[in-house]
Amino acid sequence: MLRDNIVESILGKTTQKRKSRIPAKLDFLQSATGLILAIFIIFHLLFEASILFGKDSMYAITKMFELDFFIKDGSPIFISILAFIIFVIFIFHAFLAMRKFPNSYREYLRLKTHAKLMEHSDTNLWIIQITTGFMLFFLGSIHLYIMLTQPENIGPFASSDRVYSDVMWPMYLMLLVSVVLHAGVGVYRLIIKWGWLDGENPKKNRLKTRKIIKIVTIIYLIIGLFSLITYIKIGYEHRDNYGERYKVVSNEN
Amino acid sequence: MSREITITALKYNPSDKNSKPTFAEYKLTETPGMTLYIALTKIKASIDHDLSSDFVCRAGICGACGMVINGKPRLACKTLTSEFKDGKIELLPLPTFKLIKDLSVDTGSWMKNMSIRVNSWIEAKEQIDINKIEKRVEPEVAQEVFELDRCIECGLCVASCSTAIMRKDFVGAVGLNRVARFQIDPHDKRTDSDFYELIGDDEGIFGCMSLLACEDHCPKNLPLQSKIAYMRRKMVKA
Repeated sequence: MLRDNIVESILGKTTQKRKSRIPAKLDFLQSATGLILAIFIIFHLLFEASILFGKDSMYAITKMFELDFFIKDGSPIFISILAFIIFVIFIFHAFLAMRKFPNSYREYLRLKTHAKLMEHSDTNLWIIQITTGFMLFFLGSIHLYIMLTQPENIGPFASSDRVYSDVMWPMYLMLLVSVVLHAGVGVYRLIIKWGWLDGENPKKNRLKTRKIIKIVTIIYLIIGLFSLITYIKIGYEHRDNYGERYKVVSNEN
Repeated sequence: MSREITITALKYNPSDKNSKPTFAEYKLTETPGMTLYIALTKIKASIDHDLSSDFVCRAGICGACGMVINGKPRLACKTLTSEFKDGKIELLPLPTFKLIKDLSVDTGSWMKNMSIRVNSWIEAKEQIDINKIEKRVEPEVAQEVFELDRCIECGLCVASCSTAIMRKDFVGAVGLNRVARFQIDPHDKRTDSDFYELIGDDEGIFGCMSLLACEDHCPKNLPLQSKIAYMRRKMVKA
């Protein structure tokens, strides 16, 4: 193995005198992990927005993820398992995507000046992509770590207490904006990169794709913001009973 | 009524030790239908004989007059001065290429190296008998090859590319387009695995981030978006 690596690092070819297939796999996996995370976020934000339909709805969704239909009262461990899987994919995606970042002062300067001069839409979108990606290294990790280690603290009151009383709302606000923008631009880039919607007129379909993704991204930002505001409101109202857990009144008997 | 326009150009001669990069400003009267080629010719003839820029065909065919015009890589001969409402035009040499002087860059050496690197020629892998009638090529396929052959190697795609701006070894859209051209051509018997040997790395197809500034700035409107995606799909499976 080491000798294979030695040969490839010196010659740029494997011992079979072929180019390594690893770059192809990395490119594919960067897209695949990004797609998985984007799909996860699409559903995550919707489930989280269940608070807009009331505390009972959000509680029911929380219990569903604790698999209460499978084992009695459910167990937060399943949230931990999901958080762990997403965390692993998240770290792997960040590792792969980092290859594309400017990685020296000169590269950074050239890219920044180039984007500023050219004012090109997709290049500017990519600047958003690397900026939000960089933010997510930290914001995403904070959120995922909390979900991994405190899965029991999810619920109409528990989540709202965290958002308001634990002063996590500034973090969630930044996380929401960065993750929605990153996922929106990312999905658009995936469609273009692999030519999924090229059709008969790729140029026209690209503009159409961009427009649709822009609308969906704005909708998601609005849904996310309203959800966050609702959690802040509930957290504010519940501040004197910090730590108390939500109970569905109708199920109490 | 003709107006006065102001053209600013970066001036620098890397081969002159005493040369310092400066921005020279030229004021001239705009004439009807004036292109930047005409404007620069006027400047060189009557204001600054020392200003360097490249031209050959004046008609968007040779690709020699590529430069950054108000931030965007474009051909000077295909750019009308009247497009710029405030009459202010800033010219820079194309980045990513070796600067010769002022607005003149060496795209030729870059393109030659790219051609060698991607083996930019037909590999028939058999002796062609010229006494026999050539094998039939479907007109649609031939058309597709001709379409990609319209590239004039102006370098605007490379100068627009964020990867090429950051990493000088990147093959650029021009190189990927060239490989696609041979991949489609039925005369060429190379397999996808053979093409992978040419562009299957981060300096090749996997370095492309699909930002499509190449497609958006290509003066020949080549289908770079779809052809790069096509090559990516092929190379991932190769």
